This record gives sequence, C-alpha cells and structure tokens, in this order.
Amino acid sequence: MVMAAVAFHHAEKVYPDGSRVISDFNLEITDGELLVMVGPSGCGKSTALRMVAGLEEVSNGEILIDGQVVNDWPPQRRNIAMVFQNYALYPHMSVRGNLEFPLRMRRLAAAEIRQRVERAAAMLDLTALLDCKPRVLSGGQRQRVAMGRAIVRDASVFLMDEPLSNLDASLRVQIRTDIAALQQRLGITTLYVTHDQVEAMTLGHRVAVMRAGVLQQVAAPRELYENPANVFVAGFIGSPGMNVVRGRLEKDDRGLVLLLGAARVPVGEGTRTGHPGLEGWCGRSMLIGMRPEALSLTEAGAGLMPATVRSAESLGHETIVYVDAALETVATDVAATARGDQAAPPLAAVLPGHRPFKPEEVLNLSVDPDRLYCFTPEGERI
Amino acid sequence: MNTSGIARKRRWSGRAAGHAALIVSVLLFIVPVLLMLIGSLKPDERVLVEAGTIKALWPDSVSLQNYADVFRRADFARFLVNSLFITGSIVSAGLLVNSLAGYAFARLRWRGRTLLFNLVLAVMVVPFEAIAVPLFYQVSILGLRDTYVAQILPFIANAFSIFLFYSFFIGLPRELEESARVDGAGVLRTFFFIIAPNARPVFATVAILSFLTWWGSYLWPLMVTIGPGVRPLPVAIATFYTLPPLQWGDILAFGTMMVMPVLVVFVAFQRWFVRGVAASAVKG
Repeated sequence: MVMAAVAFHHAEKVYPDGSRVISDFNLEITDGELLVMVGPSGCGKSTALRMVAGLEEVSNGEILIDGQVVNDWPPQRRNIAMVFQNYALYPHMSVRGNLEFPLRMRRLAAAEIRQRVERAAAMLDLTALLDCKPRVLSGGQRQRVAMGRAIVRDASVFLMDEPLSNLDASLRVQIRTDIAALQQRLGITTLYVTHDQVEAMTLGHRVAVMRAGVLQQVAAPRELYENPANVFVAGFIGSPGMNVVRGRLEKDDRGLVLLLGAARVPVGEGTRTGHPGLEGWCGRSMLIGMRPEALSLTEAGAGLMPATVRSAESLGHETIVYVDAALETVATDVAATARGDQAAPPLAAVLPGHRPFKPEEVLNLSVDPDRLYCFTPEGERI
Repeated sequence: MNTSGIARKRRWSGRAAGHAALIVSVLLFIVPVLLMLIGSLKPDERVLVEAGTIKALWPDSVSLQNYADVFRRADFARFLVNSLFITGSIVSAGLLVNSLAGYAFARLRWRGRTLLFNLVLAVMVVPFEAIAVPLFYQVSILGLRDTYVAQILPFIANAFSIFLFYSFFIGLPRELEESARVDGAGVLRTFFFIIAPNARPVFATVAILSFLTWWGSYLWPLMVTIGPGVRPLPVAIATFYTLPPLQWGDILAFGTMMVMPVLVVFVAFQRWFVRGVAASAVKG
C-alpha cells in the first residue's frame, strides 16, 4: 500500500470576485494519519479538501503530496481517492461497474480488475450487491460502495467530504466505526471533512478546527477539548460547547480570585497550571470559560450564583440544563450564528442522571475552580 | 338536488367540456393524416370523388396499387436513401458536435466562453431564410452544389441543439464529473463514459427534433440540388406532384411512405423524448 504525507504551505484560495475562502493555510498530515478538518458551514474546510483533490485551483501557496508540489497536477495524476457527501455513484453503472471504473481508467488488466473488485467487495460486504444499480441501494449501502470505489484503487491519500451527513443517526455511528477500523487496517493517509464535532472527536487522530478560512488549532481530540487555543475552539468543541463569560482577575489574601458577576471564585491549582502567565493579568478584564461538565448543583448560598432554568434536556444518563444567571455571557460565533441573533446565550450545565427541571425554577450552581479557562478579551488563550 | 350534487354535476360537465375540446384538437391533427393514409389505399379515381363523404375515412376496397405506382413512376428508393443518409448524417454528427459544445459551455472554463455562448444564443433567433442566399453563394463558390456535403455540413452545428444540451448538462450534479476526474478520467472520457450515458433524454430530444427538422427540409435542398441524384424526399414529392398524369392516390402513397420513418423514430425515442422535454421545461 502506497502512503503519502499531505501538506499545505501558506495555501490560499481567492475567488475571481475577490472573496477569500482560505487564508495562509499551513497544515501537515503525516503518513497513515487520519486528520479531521472541522468547522461550521462556510469555514472553507471542503474547499481545502478539494484543493488537495485538484478540484479547486490553489490561488497562492503550495499543496504537497508525498513531498511533491501538486498545484498544477490534474486530479487523475494525484493518486488520491475521494468519497463525496452525496457519494457521487455513477447511476447508469452497477456496483461492480462503479468499483471497476477507476481501475479501467488506469487500464489495468481484466484479471487484476476482477480480483481487486472482489477483494474490496468482500471487505465491505458488497459481494451480494455487485450487480445492483445504485438506485436500489440503501443510504448505508451506497456509502459503502463509495468507500469501495476509493479503496479499490490503492490510492495513496483518501479524501472524505462529509461522507456520513446523509445517513440517519444510528447508521452514522455504525459507519463511523467502520471507517475508523478500515483506515486503521489500511493505514492510508486520510483527510476527513465534517461539520460534526462528535465525528471529529471520535474519528480523528488529530483534529484541525477552521473558522472563516483560517486554521484555529490542530491537536489530538483530547488536547483540543482540554486546551482550546481560543474561545472559538472552546465553543465549537464539546457538546454543549464551553460557557464563556466576562470576568476580572483579582488577588486577595486567598490568592488569585476571579470575579464573575457578584461571585468570587478562587483560582484552583489546575487552572493556574494551565495558564502560566495568569498572574500578569491581575486587575484586568478577561473572558472566562467553564465547561458545562464543570458546573454542578450546590446548596443555597454556597454556590457561584443563583440561576433560573430556561430549559432542560434529559438524555437519561445526564441532563443538560440551560439557565440564566447574573453573568455577562459571551456568544462564541458558532452559537450566535446558529441562533441568528445577538442575544446573550444561556449558561449550559451538564448534570448527572435524569432531573426533571421546570422552567423558572431557581438553582444554585457552583463551578470547579480547577477547571476554568482564561482568555484575553479578544478571545485568545492566556 | 342538494349543494354537493350541484357541485358534482358542475365538476362533471367541466371535465366533459375539457375532454370534448381535447378530442376536437386531436381530430384536427389526426384527420388529415388518416385521409392521407386511407386515400393512399384507394383506387386513384375514388380519392377526390369520396373526399367529402364518410367514405373518405371508410373505403369500400383496399389496394396497394398506388404504392406500386410510386415505385414504378419515380425512383422512390433512391430518394428515400438520400433522405435517410442526409438526415441520419446531420442527426448523428449533430448529436456528437452539439453535445460536446453544450458540455464545453456548461462545464469547462475557458477564455471567451460567455461571449461565444451569447453568440450561439443570438444565432438561435436568426431564421434560416435570412442566411439561405449567402450560404448558397458560399456553397456555390466551394463547388459543393448538388452534393450530399452541401446538404449536411452547414446543419451539423446547431444553436438550438447546443442550447438544449447546455440546459441539461448544467443541471447534472457536478460531483459526478468530479468523481470521474478523481477516478482518473480526463475531460473526454468523463463525457463519454459518465455524462453521455446519463443524458439519454436530451440526446433523444435533440435527435427527434433535428430529425423532424431535416427530414421535412425543402427550401435548402431545392436550392442546392439540380438533378435527382442527391435529391431528398420533400423535393422529390414536389417534383412527383407536377409529373403528369396527376394521380392523387400515388401522391398520397408517396406522402404516407415519407411520413413513416418519422413515426418510427418518434415511437423509438418517445419515452426519452418526453423526459427530455420535461427536464428542459423544469430547468427553464
């Protein structure tokens, strides 16, 4: 199996009308790695993928595959395989025809074509469907054919453009697992695009978060969750995303204290370790991040703040409760875009077990002082 | 009668009126064809005599004598072969050339594409009669009068056909082509292996429309043909009409045989034709 590293060096995409979709993009995907590019709609992740495929021209900078600049190479010369969001199966060909097509285009011998098609079909449990036309297949089967068309090639790089977004939730989980297993088995360098952060976190060896054509952070999923580089990443990764509020850092006889509305929260050791330059921010305003999982219910008067329930979602094993509190919450632009307004977002808390909260119910919440995140007023991590 | 009964009666009479209008329209189109077909089967002297009676549609006796007379009095087989060759060449070469042009306008990026496409659209509104004389001069200068080439070459590239192909291709999912390119196909192989097989409705539509246009073409063949050697059926029937003695049964038999290939082509491609026309209509 041929593998290859993929790299973006200062890559940019500017359309003729002047709109800049990708800006100064630098990213290296190593041999055999599964890197997931994630971000909200319109952030440029699919464009970046299509630039690797050769389906979009590179306006500036370079794209390298296996150390070679491929900017001017047509797609057919790049030895890449791509799975499209709508699968792009050839409707007039059978499953066998679809699997054979890339091999016929490379003029392989008939015996080898047959052998490779049968091997791929067996691997993806498609053998019984080889003579069917795509229109009679279910969504999951079509997805497997699209995967088969990619793996039959022995391509050096896999590109996947939101391959699960047309499937229902349960099938998505199953095929996500299949893709991870297949990638591990074949060890092919894979670039995977999705807008679903759960998909990104569960699939990727590393995850690249993008926003408005700019790479925000590249890291392993856990690192991304625990050490987001900015407010955007903090808000995008995690479900629900991180709560961000305005606050102020002070120092009193107990040490560093964060002022959040009327509450004073001592800065715990864990928080201090994660922010080496934090003391320099004493007396200054900043943005404070709190994971919904770091909030908990406490007794009246002992908590961070009283909060009024806006709504609650019980998932059985846990309850997500959205509350209004006397804090100045800040919308990461993902949430604001989703809501389509500029209203202050509620605070989200994830509490264990099923809890039947009622709207307008008043709760007392406290936050784990070791799990706070501090950002500059511009949203960069301190 | 209660209110719902009145409403039902109104709906029924409205539907009956609609059907009656459709039946009248169908009769208007089909009666001349039936008169031609039935008249061609009657003894020559009965054709005009019975034209105004019910016997025009219900003959006493049936005979193929008129058809035999056509073959005896004119070189019908030759005219038929000429028409088939000329129309078949225009249609088949036109399908290739115009589909490729439509694809290039719809999908490929090249300098001057918009300008050239606007020119193609502009050509669509120019009637053939306006360019017939300059085209005739051109053909004469090139020494192509009284040849098949003069009757085929100027009509292969067709603005309307290009426009129909363009409208269809612009609506095909772009991912199909992108997938083919990633799979290793160049532009031409993408077109012939992926695009064309998925564009059967528009190919059928263009085939039928151009077949109908050129099968019945009269003015241009009349201008460029001199003798019967390369003359197609429409010019031949005009000549046959003037050939004494004037025999209506023979003329109707000639006409019937001339219409048959059109019906065959239409029936063969009808399924795709309807889809193609519907698709073009939806896409505007």
